[in-house]
Amino acid sequence: MHQSTLWRRYRTIAAVMTAFLLLVAGCVPGPRRGQPVPGELSGSIIVAGSTAMQGLVDEAAAEFMLQHKNVQITVQGGGSGTGLSQLQQGAIDIANSDVFAEEKEGIDASKLVDHRVAVVGFAAIVHPANPVDSLTKDDLIRIFTGEVTNWRELGGQDERIVIINRPRGSGTRSIFRRIALKDHEEIEGITQEASGTVRQMVAQLPGAISYLALPYLDGSVKPLQLNKISPTAENIANDKYPLWSYEHMYTRGQPSGVAKAFLDYILSDKTQEQLVKAAGYIPIADMKVTKQPPGRDAS
Amino acid sequence: MKNSAKRWGALGERWLLLSAVVLVIITVAIILFIAQRGLATFFVHKVSPLEFFFSTLWRPDRTAAEGGPRLGIASFIVGSVLVTGLAVLMAAPLSILTAFFIVEIAPGIGRRLIQPAVEILAGIPSVVYGWVGLSLLVPFLRSRFGGTGFSVLAGALVLSVMITPTIVSVACEAIRSFPREGKEAALALGSTRWQTLRWVVFPAVLPGLITAVILGMARAFGEALAVQMVIGNTHTLPRSLLDQTITLTSGITLDMGYTIMGTAWNSALWTMALVLLLMSLAFILISRAVTRRGVLK
Repeated sequence: MHQSTLWRRYRTIAAVMTAFLLLVAGCVPGPRRGQPVPGELSGSIIVAGSTAMQGLVDEAAAEFMLQHKNVQITVQGGGSGTGLSQLQQGAIDIANSDVFAEEKEGIDASKLVDHRVAVVGFAAIVHPANPVDSLTKDDLIRIFTGEVTNWRELGGQDERIVIINRPRGSGTRSIFRRIALKDHEEIEGITQEASGTVRQMVAQLPGAISYLALPYLDGSVKPLQLNKISPTAENIANDKYPLWSYEHMYTRGQPSGVAKAFLDYILSDKTQEQLVKAAGYIPIADMKVTKQPPGRDAS
Repeated sequence: MKNSAKRWGALGERWLLLSAVVLVIITVAIILFIAQRGLATFFVHKVSPLEFFFSTLWRPDRTAAEGGPRLGIASFIVGSVLVTGLAVLMAAPLSILTAFFIVEIAPGIGRRLIQPAVEILAGIPSVVYGWVGLSLLVPFLRSRFGGTGFSVLAGALVLSVMITPTIVSVACEAIRSFPREGKEAALALGSTRWQTLRWVVFPAVLPGLITAVILGMARAFGEALAVQMVIGNTHTLPRSLLDQTITLTSGITLDMGYTIMGTAWNSALWTMALVLLLMSLAFILISRAVTRRGVLK
């Protein structure tokens, strides 16, 4: 009798635990959907890395999987650094990165193959009411090294300059620092992790200045011209506007199977002209110039 | 019938044992993993502990050509301690007085209305607190005090709201545990209600109240997202409550996606995680010690 009350008490717990175990078991990849037809592409790959690229790659993967029923592509974020190091360890098949693998400490770039899938532009951004329209690289250096602290000195209103940085290691920050700041060390400022938060903060703070990838521009902040050149797709394509970088998808060695087919799909004219452009990026084929990884002879 | 019940009972007990063992293994594994990663900063990357804990210079991405990374986490530690301390200073008196009100003054609406209302606060995800802080509190502080609005004060205010439900719930339990006879005895001796609360109930349940505050403190110390959104994340020591700073947790979440396993920078983040782990361990030990000393068990 006593035993059975005891059991009655345990029963719920046991049921919950069993359900949990079944759930865990359900998460382990089971057999692929459908029967593999000989000659048809099948298999699964994991893509991870840059959060900035996640949306674009996710969308491409969804369309790719619609065409290939026996293919499973999982797209995760985690950051460029995480993606590259997971690729290096063999945990994933493709790493999305905003920066050249050569720029990442601890990554052996010689073992990785670079696939440049798009180009993204960046702009210095300010509060929409800020009367300043254009700055030079020297202006930006003076702002970000703390030499200039008031917009008045740059032809703006009497408003203290508030610098908002992305974290060290962020692709956006390292590109901005290398190209716009000529590698000058920024002073400490407010740091925000996500591009969306940076945008919200700049829209709120009258004296704010930061930098953003062009796909994030939505009218709530004002992008600045650099040396009077606007950050447009055309100016980037012929390198008149220098603040841009590649979006990379790295593989370990030459890709094969699903990974190769997926990369080909992303680089196909249709994807580049529709998906890539719609997401605010510039198709790789539009570029009239190329850039080399830093540390090698720059063209 | 009886036999089968016995068999099922034995099986059920085995399930319970298994879950307990799994839980212990997971906990030990996490602690070992964090310790191993975190200690690499000192043993593999040879960062001096003195510099690590007492320097505010944080240049984790400096190349070897420029002299290698500089990893000083003093500003993170000071930021965490300062924000947590302030949050507790603001939240603890309010929460404890509320708990007394709920239990002793208005048990009816207290139990049915106020306590559930406070507990709803506990269920709001921290990203929502952060967002409200970013959209309402930061602009308010900016218009009221000038500057950017991102500040130690903003972080502490957001945290104080977040830890209030923890402190209220635990404090309520502590006050409820005081035996009815004790109160009746005090009243029978001619004490007023205030005297009973102040001189009989309060001293007796004090250890429980302290535990409540410590649990709130532990929650505040470990909170990352909401604080990160309103504190500004500047790797410097704050000079005033309106200055920006950074905390251990926001430092980790800010940088972790950009670092590569095995680099000094990555190890430094693990060491910060280890510091957080040891702090929460300390909080648990302190609250246990306080409870053990208490008059009421």
